Amino acid sequence: MRPILMKGHERPLTFLRYNRDGDLLFSCAKDHSPNVWFADNGDRLGTYRGHNGAVWSCDVSRDSTRLITGSADQTAKLWDVQTGRELFTFRFDAPARSVEFAIGDGLAVITTDNFMDNVPTAQVKRIAEDLDDQSEESLLVITGIKGRINRAVWGPLNRTIITAGEDATIRIWDTETGKCLKESDKEQGHQKTITSLSKSADWSHFLTGSLDKSAKLWDIRTLTLIKTYVTERPVNAVDISPLLDHVVIGGGQDAMNVTMTDRRAGKFEAKFFHKILQEEIGGVKGHFGPINALAFNPDGRSFSSGGEDGYVRLHHFDSDYFNIKI
Amino acid sequence: MAAATKMRWGELDENDDDGDLSFLLPPLVVTGPDENGIKKTVEYRFDEETGKTVKVTTTTRVREVARTRVTKRAIERRGWAKFGDAAHIDAGARLTMVSTEEIVLERPSAPGSKTEDPLVPKLDRGAALMLCRICGVKGNHWTSKCPNKDLAPQLDALVDRPPTPDTGNGGSRQGKYVPPKPKESDMRRRNDENSVRVSNLSEDTHEDDLRELFGSFGPLTRAYVSLDHRTGESRGFGFVSFVYREHAEKAIAKLNGYGYDNLILHVEWAAPRPN
Repeated sequence: MRPILMKGHERPLTFLRYNRDGDLLFSCAKDHSPNVWFADNGDRLGTYRGHNGAVWSCDVSRDSTRLITGSADQTAKLWDVQTGRELFTFRFDAPARSVEFAIGDGLAVITTDNFMDNVPTAQVKRIAEDLDDQSEESLLVITGIKGRINRAVWGPLNRTIITAGEDATIRIWDTETGKCLKESDKEQGHQKTITSLSKSADWSHFLTGSLDKSAKLWDIRTLTLIKTYVTERPVNAVDISPLLDHVVIGGGQDAMNVTMTDRRAGKFEAKFFHKILQEEIGGVKGHFGPINALAFNPDGRSFSSGGEDGYVRLHHFDSDYFNIKI
Repeated sequence: MAAATKMRWGELDENDDDGDLSFLLPPLVVTGPDENGIKKTVEYRFDEETGKTVKVTTTTRVREVARTRVTKRAIERRGWAKFGDAAHIDAGARLTMVSTEEIVLERPSAPGSKTEDPLVPKLDRGAALMLCRICGVKGNHWTSKCPNKDLAPQLDALVDRPPTPDTGNGGSRQGKYVPPKPKESDMRRRNDENSVRVSNLSEDTHEDDLRELFGSFGPLTRAYVSLDHRTGESRGFGFVSFVYREHAEKAIAKLNGYGYDNLILHVEWAAPRPN
């Protein structure tokens, strides 16, 4: 395959997200403007200007009309996808890291970092259909986690919120009461910071990637460990194929050590594993730095990766990918 | 005016160079793309310097990058006006490029390595430099450690080929210019001593399949299936090189006439027999 290289960011990529139809790709980077691209040919549709710091993550509503972004400028912003107009700003006392719309797009969970004296939180905000009704008020604030929360996502039916972060523990919270329901096992679970979390297409299980050089597959309701995929480098990004029983894992050594190693030694490839057999299927090379973001197109026929090198690489799979035998 | 009143070439003023004469040229012909995605464009133009008509035939291959089912809303989004920085970017910015490098999904272990023979030394450091002058294999072993070391000169005698021109003692052709191409192919043929040619392969047969099929006879150095460079489909034949000649012999004896994938294989020596 010949990947499409998209150089719309000046600084390392942080997050990639496809819309539900799979025709738009949203990219966030440490520069201040998230970009939106056409996912088939890589043409840039637009940029969302208004943030004043690194943008850590984003999410797009199911009907692809609204975008929410979380940024290090201590705000999360709502955008009009079509025009790039800023609709609303949620202000916090600390950098906003992870954002996600709930099912129905009526709620969003936003996490804030531990910054100065603040404790890390995951906050649920109501997203009003009419902008005039939009408020900054939090419906629920989840606290009690030590260390930064790198990712917070909604569980099935919006009943739970799953958090994962620096303390290497995955927790499931009740969205009604804000109480912690389950915590991942210390022995079985990750040993180092969890950097990424990605749900399967049917929301029955999810995959976490960690700096302990492994990715783990968990049941979303019972939080039981299903599979472990071991690589030889810290994992920064993971995603689950919606089409085949494949998972993709990306990473590379710390950005601070990159200049000291060769490109090959750095292992900056996106590794494909068989989801069930846990066997490595192959690797896709190309980035000149660690991979920070990975996303499968919802149709499973293409995927994109974002690297520390500031490039988004959009790969459309060759036909032989679909009949790989293990 | 000139174009309107169809001029005859004889009436043209020879000195009048700067007139646009392109109407005299045959029109542009575009054929295809056919089922293989080959598109042919034939155009004619005047060469500035010589004043002659030049026919330019361009053959391009149209490749489908992706096929997607697009929803109505996605089509609608296609027509959206660009905004933000994308709205006023000049075309030369080239934010989006198609990689010039072909990227493949690299399998963790090369197919066929499972059947690797312990007789074949494993690749080690400096493998790229290792070139055996006897069997011509790169990265496998040095000339002095070649398993065919004793075999090679005997084979030359056995085969009794006409003396190659590059050795210099070929009497008949001495001093004559030998174009580099036959010279090269002669060299290659020498390396093909242990190779067999397999024909009547089915289209689905890949190099891995050949490795699997022939690997049972002995260690291989090469398995190759000839592909049509335009369609990428198998042309129905391939070559397999063995490390040892006796294995190749055995393979020919066993596999010639063997039914593989509903086709009867034809296996013979790769090098044309002198007769």
